[in-house]
Amino acid sequence: MSLKRKVRGKRIMKTTILEAQHVSAWYGSHRAVQDINVAVKTGDVLALIGPSGCGKSTFLRCLNRMHEEIDSTRVEGRVFYKGEDIYADNVDPVAVRSAIGMVFQKPNPFPTLTVAENVAAGLRLRGGFSRAEIESRVETALRRSALWDEVKNKLRAPGTSLSGGQQQRLCIARALAVQPEILLMDEPTSALDPISTGRIEELMTELKKSVTIVIVTHNMQQAARISDQTAFFLMGKLVEHGETSQIFNAPAREETENYISGRFG
Amino acid sequence: MSEGLPRVQRRRHFKSVMANAIIAILAGFAILPLILVFSYIARAGLPALNLDFFYKLPAPAGELGGGMANAIAGSLLMVVMSGLMAIPPGLLCGLYVAEFPNQKLALALRFVIDLLTGVPSIVIGLFAYAVLVVPMGGFNAWAGSAALAIIMLPVVSRTTEEILRLIPGQLREAGLALGLPRWKVLLRLIIRAGRSAIATGVFLAIARASGETAPLLFTSFNNQYWTKSLSEPVASLPVQIYTYAISPYEEWHRLAWAGSLVLVSVVFAINLLSRLLLKRGAK
Repeated sequence: MSLKRKVRGKRIMKTTILEAQHVSAWYGSHRAVQDINVAVKTGDVLALIGPSGCGKSTFLRCLNRMHEEIDSTRVEGRVFYKGEDIYADNVDPVAVRSAIGMVFQKPNPFPTLTVAENVAAGLRLRGGFSRAEIESRVETALRRSALWDEVKNKLRAPGTSLSGGQQQRLCIARALAVQPEILLMDEPTSALDPISTGRIEELMTELKKSVTIVIVTHNMQQAARISDQTAFFLMGKLVEHGETSQIFNAPAREETENYISGRFG
Repeated sequence: MSEGLPRVQRRRHFKSVMANAIIAILAGFAILPLILVFSYIARAGLPALNLDFFYKLPAPAGELGGGMANAIAGSLLMVVMSGLMAIPPGLLCGLYVAEFPNQKLALALRFVIDLLTGVPSIVIGLFAYAVLVVPMGGFNAWAGSAALAIIMLPVVSRTTEEILRLIPGQLREAGLALGLPRWKVLLRLIIRAGRSAIATGVFLAIARASGETAPLLFTSFNNQYWTKSLSEPVASLPVQIYTYAISPYEEWHRLAWAGSLVLVSVVFAINLLSRLLLKRGAK
């Protein structure tokens, strides 16, 4: 709630919540992301677009230190969350990921857990929450992800028994339950049908009132519909970054224009 | 054309029936030994099987009657003890090898486990004899259980590792992205996802250990009476069966068959139970 009010109060002068400085990422000796500088403002939706293999997903994973979970990978550069470098020596990646949540391309609910247990997993495994607290947070998270009405009568059904679109919203609820300030979404609708996709887009518009969102998408219409800022990636480099309307209506770079007009990619 | 079509179909139909028949016959051959063994043991063992068998001590040579109560209890005791010794380290070992497959220690561990799987059980018995029987001054339950534990360990470790490898990496990522420490993701989410399959592996290891004879011959040896202490020799079903089977007495032969029937039934039941577990977990 406090965050909501803060965002509304500062609508005109938004503060930077996340800033990447000279971020490069490697898989072995392959440099997939090269020297990226991008800042995200509180309450914005930043869309990362670009052809497959351009490094946008890898860059996204650098923003909450998930990239390093893959063997023989490496990250260089700095990422500031509220002014603090998340790659500093004394920073615990676990704490970073608590503040910066993630939703993946394929819905991945925990297969052995029920709907409610899936949402509660982050809280329960972290410990220190009372039963009532967990219950109320589960409901809040499910309401925020627009899933409550559909699942309130099957909270004890397995999470995997839901439809694909519902599973993805369940994963969003699971991420929201630990109350992150930023949500990273890696092509969250690419495995879903148009109706489910529409629901998740509506949901994001609602969510951005309380959470800052960085989303990777292959779907340019999606980026145009939901984002405030757009960053265009090509071959591991950031080509252009700006207001979404500017990127789509008056791109400054030729590569950007070629991509959004469908001439390649 | 109008004649060709049905003929081709007939030929295909014939081929399909033939293939099915061959497969059915071969499958029958594969099951045949199991049916033969089980029916033979049942025929030979059932007549000697009565309540006495389950609660009486062995009768002295030449006398009629008697049972294998002490051997059943001894087997149970040693299987439980070996389970306690082998299952926790086996699980941890499999977990470690599956989670850190590129670390040198994990590679070494995996190699050792593979080697251990291939060591003949008589050699494991000999090892336990040298390390636990000789220094303790006599055959005892500890040595028998340890020998069984060494047999169980690689089975538990290997199944755990293989099951954990089958669990998709996205599950791990989902947990980490929630801001959970790696060990919690592993212990509370990954293992939970594979628990019924891991339990199956554990049960199979128990079944395997229950039937082993060679490692017990010179570790726990045998005992005609109840065992009062873990540092005494202990009777066990497989060794009792062995002793009775090579004896010259007709009555003991009958009891050996009865013992075999009980042992096979128990192993069979454990296997069946583990299958059921796996099925229930898969749902």
